[in-house]
Amino acid sequence: MKKLLILGAGTAGTMMANKMRKDLLPKEWNITVIEKEKDHFYQPGFLFVPFGYSSRKDIMKPGQKFFAGGIDIVYKEIDRIESDNNRVFLKDETCFDYDILIIATGTRISPEDTPGLKGELWYKNVFDFYTIEGAEALARFFSTWEGGNLVVNIADNPIKCPVAPLEFAFYADDYFTKKGIRDKVNITYVTPMSGAFTKPKASKMLGSLLQRKNVNIVTDFFLGEVDNVNKKILDFGGREVPFDCLITIPLHSGDPVISKSGLGDEFGFVRADKNTLQSTSKQNIFVIGDAGNFPSSKAGSVAHFQAEVLHANLLSFINNRPLEAKFDGHSNCYIETGYGKGILIDFNYTTEPLPGMFPLALFGPFALLKETRLNHIGKLFFKWIYWNILLKGRKLPVSNQMSMSGKITD
Amino acid sequence: MSQKTYAGITVDVNEEGYFTNSSQWSKEIALEIAKEEGVVLTDQHYAIMEFLRNRFKSGEPLSIRSINHSNVIDVKTFYQLFPGAPLKKATKIAGIPKPASCI
Repeated sequence: MKKLLILGAGTAGTMMANKMRKDLLPKEWNITVIEKEKDHFYQPGFLFVPFGYSSRKDIMKPGQKFFAGGIDIVYKEIDRIESDNNRVFLKDETCFDYDILIIATGTRISPEDTPGLKGELWYKNVFDFYTIEGAEALARFFSTWEGGNLVVNIADNPIKCPVAPLEFAFYADDYFTKKGIRDKVNITYVTPMSGAFTKPKASKMLGSLLQRKNVNIVTDFFLGEVDNVNKKILDFGGREVPFDCLITIPLHSGDPVISKSGLGDEFGFVRADKNTLQSTSKQNIFVIGDAGNFPSSKAGSVAHFQAEVLHANLLSFINNRPLEAKFDGHSNCYIETGYGKGILIDFNYTTEPLPGMFPLALFGPFALLKETRLNHIGKLFFKWIYWNILLKGRKLPVSNQMSMSGKITD
Repeated sequence: MSQKTYAGITVDVNEEGYFTNSSQWSKEIALEIAKEEGVVLTDQHYAIMEFLRNRFKSGEPLSIRSINHSNVIDVKTFYQLFPGAPLKKATKIAGIPKPASCI
């Protein structure tokens, strides 16, 4: 009996287990998934929690119910990967050996890596919304807050879901307007980038949208420290931005297991080929999703497109064929802009987000790089797709390779 | 694509003045670009530029965070060496492309 071992049961790990179970005969291949958390969160839903639009119970389900039959799930904490011996040890020293390993351990925020960030104001005036605990603490804070300087800050890239901080700023404008205190809330978006987004066309469009919503923007700001006494953030060069409420998107790192196992870069992301998704240190180790050091967005849509490529390459690898499927960096994100509208962007390693229609050139129904009501509905509907189609490893009618069809170039 | 002449040598640059062919770079050229950027180069500048150039050559992304792992200087010193926007200035003087965030 051969063994496929998957580390992590988030979006990527769950999808891969289900996809591979369909193709690998149970009498030939055992599939085991190791994960420490029993609850599976619909992470795009974290955005809604601080504003009271969603609660924990709306976005959390038991992870186990999304696995097909014939997959072993172990809810324990991993200690290390011994890649030279093809085995993984848990914290309790239980050992699992493998023929093929898929690493899907994701990424996590590491606020402790910035001086003062996890200081005395943490969860009092300083909040993250990338964890359920942070999002809930912020919801409690917002419910009684009477206004002041609201600062949304990205410490540095890479971060998970690069558009989420923008969505947060748009939602804050909407929320405090409806609450009738927008004139008392001064919103500032502080980013290490030189604009609202990285790629020129999207940056211009989103930048002017921030301006229209009366959100100030401070660019080229790399967070150096948080001054808890004077309530301000400072960059490494000493520039200051004062806050009454700081929404931080802290530095991100890979799972500590990766660094401990010697498979990662300096931030703990697994070194892997950005096209084949194979680890650059071991041929029988593959990586999917946020855990990798791929120059693509750390987002569920990326994991979804990667899953199809990885599925094809794993079958090739098992049958001693060359790894011909190539991931092109395809990413597809809905951006909530408040007031019941949204934007959709679709891009890859080489093509920036462009205007146009998606997925069908003439009929859309979604408009790219443009605010529409339908894009907002698409975002809301996506939650259903996530639980019912995506996690179960079923196919969506969207190609894993980005298509130029429907996109408008200059 | 345009060209610029530094220390008597013509090099290829993009519209923002960043090198498009990093092999055309030399320490003498760096000295002149630095002058344009208002930076006086020291050994520490050259050491961190060497780190940036090596990292670029190996295809690894450049970020402010990665400076702390350079074993050359920390980020605060990096800001002192290249005031304002250090990563943008340092890469320009080091003759490598402006780091693009990849999201």
